[in-house]
Amino acid sequence: MDFLRPGSWAEAVAAKAEQPAAAPLAGGTDLMVEINFDRRRPEALLDLNPISELADWAVEDGQLVLGATLPYARVITELGDRLPGLAMASRTIGSPQIRNRGSIGGNLGSASPAGDSHPVLLALDATVEVESTRGSRLIGVDDFYLGPKRSALAPDELIRAVRIPAGSGPCQFAKVGTRNAMVIAVCSFAVALHPATGSVRTGIGSAAPTPVRARDAEAFLAGELAATGHWESRAELPAGMAARFGELAAGAAVPIDDVRGTASYRRQALAVLARRTLTWAWQEYRECA
Amino acid sequence: MRLNTTVNGEARQVDDVWEGESLLYVLRERMGLPGSKNACEQGECGSCTVYLDGVTVCACLVAAGQAEGRDVRTVEGLTAGADLDPIQQAFIDAGAVQCGFCTPGLIVATHDLLARRPHPEVVEIREALAGNLCRCTGYQQIIEAVQAAAASRDAGAGSP
Repeated sequence: MDFLRPGSWAEAVAAKAEQPAAAPLAGGTDLMVEINFDRRRPEALLDLNPISELADWAVEDGQLVLGATLPYARVITELGDRLPGLAMASRTIGSPQIRNRGSIGGNLGSASPAGDSHPVLLALDATVEVESTRGSRLIGVDDFYLGPKRSALAPDELIRAVRIPAGSGPCQFAKVGTRNAMVIAVCSFAVALHPATGSVRTGIGSAAPTPVRARDAEAFLAGELAATGHWESRAELPAGMAARFGELAAGAAVPIDDVRGTASYRRQALAVLARRTLTWAWQEYRECA
Repeated sequence: MRLNTTVNGEARQVDDVWEGESLLYVLRERMGLPGSKNACEQGECGSCTVYLDGVTVCACLVAAGQAEGRDVRTVEGLTAGADLDPIQQAFIDAGAVQCGFCTPGLIVATHDLLARRPHPEVVEIREALAGNLCRCTGYQQIIEAVQAAAASRDAGAGSP
């Protein structure tokens, strides 16, 4: 096994082109487990920790640009005001030690359907910035997840950053698990209200082969909010609207029975999570009038 | 490969490190520092918690090569010589140590918590130690030990 220690982003991209089978390594919270348990023997490890710019964030052209190795702990402490939904999801990940090392770039790279940042990235319409020696490209998060632990990332590409539109509306996240810490989601849900465009976006975690949006629920809610003038009035949601949103959200899931829960439990829990997160988000929207 | 790193303030060099091995393995098997415990090897239990450049991490999830040129502090390096840190003393006094396997990780995690929050609430203690599993105590004595350590620091015992 080679251990590659690029001194810059350009060197990292070049190294990945030369050795596409090299596994990018940041916090190690997924990859080192696989190596420790002898489940994976990559021909090389490509350590991204020395590239300090990858662990930073910035505001560019109305977007928050989060470097691929920015750890969850810093998303919570430094971006809790600008990206409360993402900070909320980050707080549910692992433990303090895991949040000190794990990153959203790593969550994307692993592309597990249970990754806790995915539902929020879907709800916030994030874009993944990837690069290779062939050039860089932007992949909309809707097109990023292809299957369980499979993504649109090409073998010679590295994730550089995730870009999230700044200053949209309320975003809420909730997750079901057996503890408040160190738990892989049984299922999770995020909703974001985008008042400027009169739209709603969602994300479902751990209840389909990939993270998915609940498009029928989004269309239903956006249509109802527009038809009833709720975006302007900011009135309380009529009885039944949030419940119907929850039912439609659960309908978008394609869950399986596994060690963490059954398919039917996941559907039922998703309906509750969707109703609840919408209620919280709408309350937030009313209060920020 | 060769690894150069600073451990508990001392420059260390080790050779023949396998590229896929963890910092935990290097500490325990190559440097003779068995304080950090090897239990789950998947970041679940926190028994191998150490500081890496001042940030608490699970040493089992840090590739050895990632420690190159960086600063590692283990439970052995919290105090000089045979003196106990007030946190270690508080764990003994409170009966927070039973089989003792989780203790080094809990001591480092508590050390980090009290450096950031000298007077943590119980919920903050629980959240800060959520990544450290203890299968003996049921945690109550551990929480009491953290509170006692915070109080003893106030009394002037201090901790570096």
